Amino acid sequence: MAYSRALHRRRQATNVIGLGVATLATLFGLVWLVWILGTTLYKGAGAIDMRLFTQMTPPPGEDGGLLNAIVGSTVMIVLAVAFGTPVGVMAGTWLAEYAHGRAIAEAIRFINDILLSAPSIVIGLFVYALVVQPSGHFSGWAGAVALAMLLLPVVVRTSDETMRLIPGTLREAALALGAPKWRMVTSVIWPAARTGILTGILLAIARISGETAPLLFTALNNQYWTANPGNPLANLPVVIFQFALSPYDQWHRLAWAGALLMTVLVLMLSVSARAALGRRK
Amino acid sequence: MSAAVQQTVPLPAARRRRAGARVGDTVFGALARAAALLVLVLLGLTALSMLWGGWPAFRTFGWHFFAGTEWDPVTRRFAALVPIYGTLVTSAIAMVIAVPVSFGIAVFLTEVAPRWLAGPVAAAIELLAGVPSIIYGMWGLFVFVPFMADHVDPWIDASLGTLPLIGPLFSGPPLGIGMLTAGIILAIMVVPFVSAVMRDVFALVPPPLRESAFALGATRWEVVRRVVLPYTRTAVVGGIFLGLGRALGETMAVTFVLGNAHDFAISLLAPGNSIAAAIANEFTEADSDIYRQSLIALGFVLFIVTFAVLAVAKLMLLRLARQAGR
Repeated sequence: MAYSRALHRRRQATNVIGLGVATLATLFGLVWLVWILGTTLYKGAGAIDMRLFTQMTPPPGEDGGLLNAIVGSTVMIVLAVAFGTPVGVMAGTWLAEYAHGRAIAEAIRFINDILLSAPSIVIGLFVYALVVQPSGHFSGWAGAVALAMLLLPVVVRTSDETMRLIPGTLREAALALGAPKWRMVTSVIWPAARTGILTGILLAIARISGETAPLLFTALNNQYWTANPGNPLANLPVVIFQFALSPYDQWHRLAWAGALLMTVLVLMLSVSARAALGRRK
Repeated sequence: MSAAVQQTVPLPAARRRRAGARVGDTVFGALARAAALLVLVLLGLTALSMLWGGWPAFRTFGWHFFAGTEWDPVTRRFAALVPIYGTLVTSAIAMVIAVPVSFGIAVFLTEVAPRWLAGPVAAAIELLAGVPSIIYGMWGLFVFVPFMADHVDPWIDASLGTLPLIGPLFSGPPLGIGMLTAGIILAIMVVPFVSAVMRDVFALVPPPLRESAFALGATRWEVVRRVVLPYTRTAVVGGIFLGLGRALGETMAVTFVLGNAHDFAISLLAPGNSIAAAIANEFTEADSDIYRQSLIALGFVLFIVTFAVLAVAKLMLLRLARQAGR
């Protein structure tokens, strides 16, 4: 085939255009990141002062802080971790150590991955039917259960994956010393997988810290000071939601301050967790 | 060796310990299995409770629930075409924008960027996935809606809005809120997910395939178009479905910017609604049983649709993983 200068030029041009457009698409994506984070930082930094951590959420049109919301969020996240991680780690353990290619294990992994992306508002509806309706009132417990359900699939997946990466020789060594299987898991596999499991928990906390939709009809909100999960519990996401949609300037300022707090916390958690995961690979 | 063991450990003690190990194993294994099965049970219970809670609405309104547009808490007649339409349209807009952008980002990361640049850029794009969705909503309401109202909507109304056939889709007052704005914000939210999947599967293409193409004189773009893309096609579609599943169920980001309207509007610039936004806005205010049941029925529809979309996504991704594993 004869060398065609025109064909060569056309192919080179297509190449440059294609890769150029790809580069532009990347810039396009980065512009949004800078715009969104920049806005949050700019508006949030202007609204942050010490009162955020010392005062309650105010009535409409007055100044105040976010103390009860911060405490409520913390209580529910701690409870969600307490409910969700033992179950998640045990489930991951079963998948990695006990299931050995059984069809049911593949089915659980499949369903778990779907739960990972399932709409969180539906989880909220489910927990409403499961906890709020039978107990007759909104409560921090319901919020914690909803958050635990969102945390669970993340922990199951990371602990399953981490444990499967552990070399079989470690298991054989433990069993050869006469350890029963549960001793092998708790004294050899879990310590070896500790970093991965903890990273998964961090990722899961990052995920649930920003979740709003499942808390709307479980924990609801509370204007007053309480750390008792038997009551409706104030929490950062729902406070931000209500304050942002209100017509009051003071509430808007608090919403931006809360948004900045939440974003910084969530991004720091997820970045450090990802960094830990990346190092392992 | 075994004789020594028998000498130092009295037989009954050894037997007791072995029995203890058996009990421990049984208990521990059962606990682990129960935890794993709980994952299945939770999913099943979620679907069942939605179906059970929403059943009265399906029974009362029948198929009309999906076809009618009235949503009237006063007369207690509910039909959900407007939120269903809104969910589908906003997700469609999101995918139209997000798919080419994600593809571009994946190509940039795997083919264009030098190694020192690809890492930080990929991390930055992943940051977008970490930002809580309520932040997208707030930013959308306070920053992006005014931007759309001032700069984009008037321009779209004046140019695309005057075209025949598709004109009605793009004409309307420049409110800023509406399905187009919601779709764009959804697009920004799903880009990191879709581009991460695409980048990962592009990396699965066996190097000899790419090298052979380069050796035949193919340009980088031709390698992407003729080698990488055909090899990874199913997984790329899987990644797109994963993004679609996210877009369909996203709540907070769209609740802020959709306008919570229950009137059917053909224009993308008009306020609309979506399933998730309707539930988030109205569930705690629902003042009659049938109102609440209608919202739960909507939740059931959303759950089933996202489940199906995500299952397809997962199956398609598994297929490439299996192919690559062979």
